[in-house]
Amino acid sequence: MSGLEIRRLRVSFDGFTAVDGVDLDVRPGDLRFLIGPNGAGKTTLVDAVTGLVRAEGSVRFGGEELLGRSVHRIARSGIGRTFQTATVFEELTVLQNLDIAAGAGRSLWTMLRRRKDVPEPVARALETVGLTELADSPAGTLAHGQKQWLEIGMLLVQDVRLLLLDEPVAGMSHDERQATGELLQRISAERTVVVIEHDMDFMRSFARSVSVLHAGKVLSEGTVAEVQADPKVQEVYLGHAAAETTADVAVQEA
Amino acid sequence: MTVVLGQTFTGISIGAVLLLIALGLSLTFGQMNVINMAHGEFIMAGAYTTYVLQKSIASAGISLLVALPVAFLVSGALGALLEWLLIRRLYLRPLDTLLVTWGVSLMLQQLARDIFGAPNVQTRAPDVLTGNITLIGGDDPLTVANSRLFILGLAVAAVVALSLTLRLTPLGRRIRAVVQNRDLAEVSGISTSTVDRTAFFIGSGLAGVAGVALTLVGPIGPTMGTNVIIDAFLVIVVGGIGQLKGTVIVAFVLGVLQSVLEYSTTVSVAKVLVLVGIVAFLQWRPQGLYTLRTRSLV
Repeated sequence: MSGLEIRRLRVSFDGFTAVDGVDLDVRPGDLRFLIGPNGAGKTTLVDAVTGLVRAEGSVRFGGEELLGRSVHRIARSGIGRTFQTATVFEELTVLQNLDIAAGAGRSLWTMLRRRKDVPEPVARALETVGLTELADSPAGTLAHGQKQWLEIGMLLVQDVRLLLLDEPVAGMSHDERQATGELLQRISAERTVVVIEHDMDFMRSFARSVSVLHAGKVLSEGTVAEVQADPKVQEVYLGHAAAETTADVAVQEA
Repeated sequence: MTVVLGQTFTGISIGAVLLLIALGLSLTFGQMNVINMAHGEFIMAGAYTTYVLQKSIASAGISLLVALPVAFLVSGALGALLEWLLIRRLYLRPLDTLLVTWGVSLMLQQLARDIFGAPNVQTRAPDVLTGNITLIGGDDPLTVANSRLFILGLAVAAVVALSLTLRLTPLGRRIRAVVQNRDLAEVSGISTSTVDRTAFFIGSGLAGVAGVALTLVGPIGPTMGTNVIIDAFLVIVVGGIGQLKGTVIVAFVLGVLQSVLEYSTTVSVAKVLVLVGIVAFLQWRPQGLYTLRTRSLV
């Protein structure tokens, strides 16, 4: 298994610096949560790692430098991601979605031949994310939560070693969150997982380690307990809620 | 009765020609949203390929059959080269693409003039295709030209081949995936630039096949591409951008309309009426016959 090593990462758009000198280490097999207020640069960080935006600095995975490579090369070197809004190929079936992800490196010649059977890794991924029954439905007809599982399934068939998940439980019910959390724990037994999340309960239940981003910088890092105890975090992030609560109390008292 | 049938069949064969010239464009313009004004010159390249092959192969029948795959490769290679040299730098800049490819189209026309001369040239149709076939006998016979039947068959075969490729092969699935969501395709490990080039190769190759068919119904000349390109774009736009189904239906409807109106008026009046009809139709349904469900250009 390989770990992720980010050094002095900077991303700016027309003078606005979204990610400002981030250093981040994710151990192999970690289940790391990235949290932080809106605009902290969490998604931009993931965009930079996957090559969708240009960045300066260094991003190494398993010792290989990723910055400067094209998006599909980064994807083929074992790094997969999901998007904030569940993003699948809506007009293709669940199976076809997985098939596209599975066959990324295939040659032109084999692509002109039609295959009938379901390849074994695809069948296994369907099973893992619980969509076997829905294999032939168009992905556009899936429920929101199911689409997010399909996204994770697409990463599994690519056999990625690093999963970068952007709000994987947004809009899910309590039971779906629980199932997703357990799925992520299973996956992180063999792979490295980084999750961007706003849901604090979900983070507390499943994170192995947490990094807090604020205004493009890493504010704090550690276990859930360590991060929650950090006064800087309480001030900019959790503290924001605390201040509101105090204000509420004050209003009620008045 | 046979008059109606005859005009309908003439219309269908006009439609088949329209369909062939528009089919490649349905991939490059319809799916990939690239306005390639040089598409007509890829048709011309296919036609000249037929002409050149006929000079070296004595039998007109064999040379025509050989011309189909060779023209596909020649025009496809031209298309892939154009994509690699220019178009890939201009994605998301449709107006620049239009101007640049128009320039390329003028250059290719001049190149054809330099190589083959300005006057039109002709190919011999193979004997099998020169005759007529009688569909309904009797006092009031309905006969159709064999070459027209051949073009109709070719158009149907090309549509079936393209739609099967898009629907059933992994390559087609990838083209559809890239059209639906470019970022997701990229992060799934698909090289979208390779897919773009392959799709452009196929679309341009189909223009070459259309060029071979056009040698059977008219002369080959440097400006033949310009004469058909507008019709091809019209068919795509009216059919609904990115919708193969719409392209097929509209090609035949416009063909039949043209032929029926020609019978009751004159060729130019029919052309005007068809264009007025298209304008009116697009006022009513600007998105075309079938609606668009791709990533941009709305």
